Parts: sequence; C-alpha cells; structure tokens
Amino acid sequence: MTVRRERWLGAGLEIMIPILVLVVWGVASAGSKTYYFPPLTDILTTFKDTWLFERVGSDAVPSLERMAAGFGIAVIVALGLGLLLGLAPRGRRAAAPIVEFLRAIPPPALLPFAILVIGVGTSMKVFIIAFVCLWPILLNTIDGVTGVDPTLRETARVYGISGVDRIWGVVMPAAAPQIFAGVRTSLSLALILMVISEMVASTNGIGYFVLQSQRTFAIPEMWSGILLLGILGYVLNGGFALIERRVLRWHRGARASALS
Amino acid sequence: MLKVDHLKKTYGGGKDAVEAIGDLDFEVHEKEFVCIVGPSGCGKTTLLKCMSGLLAPTDGEARLHDNRIDGPPERMALVFQEYSRSLFPWMTVRQNVAFPLRRKKIDKHEAGDLVERSVRSVDLTRFLDRYPWELSGGMQQRVAIARALAYQPEIMLMDEPFASVDAQTRADLEDLILEVRREYGVTVVFVTHDIDESVYLGDRIVVLTPAPTSVQEMLEVDLPEPRDQVETKELPAFAHLRAHVYTSIKRKQPAAEPEQEPARA
Repeated sequence: MTVRRERWLGAGLEIMIPILVLVVWGVASAGSKTYYFPPLTDILTTFKDTWLFERVGSDAVPSLERMAAGFGIAVIVALGLGLLLGLAPRGRRAAAPIVEFLRAIPPPALLPFAILVIGVGTSMKVFIIAFVCLWPILLNTIDGVTGVDPTLRETARVYGISGVDRIWGVVMPAAAPQIFAGVRTSLSLALILMVISEMVASTNGIGYFVLQSQRTFAIPEMWSGILLLGILGYVLNGGFALIERRVLRWHRGARASALS
Repeated sequence: MLKVDHLKKTYGGGKDAVEAIGDLDFEVHEKEFVCIVGPSGCGKTTLLKCMSGLLAPTDGEARLHDNRIDGPPERMALVFQEYSRSLFPWMTVRQNVAFPLRRKKIDKHEAGDLVERSVRSVDLTRFLDRYPWELSGGMQQRVAIARALAYQPEIMLMDEPFASVDAQTRADLEDLILEVRREYGVTVVFVTHDIDESVYLGDRIVVLTPAPTSVQEMLEVDLPEPRDQVETKELPAFAHLRAHVYTSIKRKQPAAEPEQEPARA
C-alpha cells in the first residue's frame, strides 16, 4: 500500500515539477523586453512553427541520421573489438597504451584534423561521433568480458560450451550489464558531438540551426533549437532506459535476490 | 573407471611454490558413490578440478576408462558448491538445463525430453520457466543437479554441493541425490568436509590428509540400503564409522604421531 503510494507520488512529482518550471518560466518571462530572454510563449510559438514540422526534414532528420550512423558504427566496432581484446589478455595489454591515449584526446580537438582529412561533409561528422562514442563502450566491453565469474567460465568449460555458444550464451550476457553502462554514456556523447560537429563547417542540422539563428539574431529560434535538443536527449535516454530494463531484467532480479 | 594415478599439484614455482596435492592415488568403480572427506584447505577442490580436466596436474594423471583426462570429458558432469554463480542468471531453469545439450548431437525433441525428465527427477517441473534467482538456494542447487543429469554423464563430480544450504534442505538434498543416483545409475564422486554426510551418502569414503594431500585412509561403508535420515543415523554402525572418520581426519601425520584411540562410539 505505502509502496504503491510512494510510486504514485514519485510519478506525480516527475510530471508536476517540469510543468511547474515551465509555468514559472512562462510567468517570469511574460512581456519580457530583454532581447536575449524572449517570453516563453514566443519561444513555444517559434518552436511550433519551426519544428512542427517545417524544419524536421531539412535539419532534424539529417542530424539524427548522422548521430545514428556514428553511434551505430561505434557500438558494432566497440563490441567486436572489446570482445576480442577481452578474450585475449596479451592483446589487451598490447592495446592498452593506444586505447588510453586515443580516448584521452578531447573530442573537439579532432575536428580540425577530421575536416582536413575527410572534408566537411556527412562522413566527417559521422566519424567524429563514432570515434568519441567508441571508447566508453570498448572499455566497458573489455571489462565486462574479462570479469566473467570464474565459476561461470568453469561451468561452460565442463559442459563443453564453446565457440559461438560460449560467446553469445555466456560471455556477452555476463558482460551485458557493463556494456549497457558504456552504451548509455556513449549515447549522451553522441548527442553532444552531433551538435558540436554541426557548429563547424556545416550547412544543415540542429546544431547548425542553433548557431545560425544566434548569428542572425533570431533569438527565439535559437531557444527553440536548444529546447528541441533537450527534448531529444531526454527521449533518447528514456528510450534507452526502457530497452535496458527489458534486456537486463535478469540482472536486476539476480541482484535483488542476492541482496535479500 | 576413474583412476587417480599418483597425481600431484603444485601451485607456482621456485621458493613460493605451494604443494596442494602431494601424491594421490585411488580408484572409483562403475556405479559407485565415493565420498572424499578431508580437513578444510586440504586441496579437495584442486583435486576435483584435476579430475574434471579444468586444471592440469603437475605430475601423475587422472584417467577415465584408461584415457588420460586433459580437458573436461564429454560424459562427466560437475556440480559446483556455488550454485548461484554456476547457473546462468539470464536463462530460465529450462534454458539452463538445456544449454549444455546443444553440444550433443541429439535432436530438439530428445533434448526436450531429457530436460523434462531430469527436472522432474529433482521435482522442479512447476518452475521450468522461472529464473534461478527466483528460487531458493536449495532449489537452485536442484536445478544444477538437473542440468548435470540431463547431460547424461556416466560420472558426476560434486564439489561440496550442499555446503551453503540450511540443515533441513541439506538432508532433503542428500536423499534426493541418493534417489537420482539410483534412477540414473550414475557414478558419483562427492567431495565434502561434513563427516556425517560422507558416511550417510557414500559406498566408500576416501579420507584425505592436510596439504600436501595424500590418501589417509579408505573405508567401505557397510550400511543398509536404502539409507534413511533417521534410521540409518541411529545405527551403531553409523556412529562407529563416523567416529572412525573423525579420528582419521584428526590424526594428521600417521607416521609421526602415535595412533589415537577411536572416540567412544
């Protein structure tokens, strides 16, 4: 009974607080003459005119496509590479210095290089996103694969579970909780790098739109772009959390029963 | 059928070398239930790992039907003490029991029958589609036993399988293992540190010395079948055997120390 009440209260707060913030923002900014902080109603009107669905095809879709491509490449490469390095201790040690160096480079510093080598097109942006998203997933995959419980490993050996069965039936599921943690980090990085890559040498995209609006003093448009990015980030994270909950249901269950 | 032939195992090398198993030599016969007891830290788990091909012995060998064991044999199953870490938590009971069968060249139908039969033997049919972590400790270990049985081993090794369950569950599991052993006609090597358990379950007991381990003594258990938790344990012969094993374990170095009197039985 109290658990249920607690849950309803939580859900209620989760819905009420954003609404409250919007109301406060709306009231505080109503009739604002400050150039940089237009009234919320102006921003929302602009948002509706711009993103429902005037510029979705021209800016939002290209942005999301590049992000999906970069993120997807990162996931596939990181899982493959992470599995290989995780299973081969020598390879892991050999690769460690390079991995540590590459992941330590602040991502935007790669932009000039990428523009020089790949050009200003879509591939450059996809490359930047993929490059940055790679590391959290790679490191977590390596960790997860190395950290498979010895008893589980031995069980697999005793029962002759090898090859594909071992990788997909034992190693990857056991590493999944850690892999998911890496993927979640990379997902937020993907959004950030999507915006940054579009602010340099670009002709479309949400990041481009925000910067361009600012440069042309279209302040409500700029705000509407920022608002859209916030919503996108929220939705992406929420969607990912849903998938994680489904896929890792066993993990939460096993952990809860180990604690009780 | 299983022969441990002057097996030695030393961990590490040089000055830091730890001699876990000094020299072990014994044999397990077809359909026999052999209990291995010894003081804690006497290398029981090391021995089991060498017998199952998970660890390579430093010297000597273990042989199954005269074939040297250098990797897990196809018709051998191992039940670990840590059931919660040996079952795959992302698989249901059914999937856990069925998973090792993928290696065997049998069709799906037959595999399904094997799974259902073994799960029925451990009385968990109602829980086939539950996850291991939804079950109690004793039930999880029963899943592990069902998985071993479905694998159709001719020999089953068990590493202190009932050490982490409560006393009542433990007695139930002991009776269960005797029952499935009869049903499946499987040879069992059962490692335990519990003397009562070894006497209650075994046809024969191998008593080990502390590390570096060797065989202290071998005992035939001459108790009537089927064993019963109350009746068997009330028999004078049971008490006598138990006392004998107890003193045998306590008597650390037979050459150096004078023989002790057996405890009052």
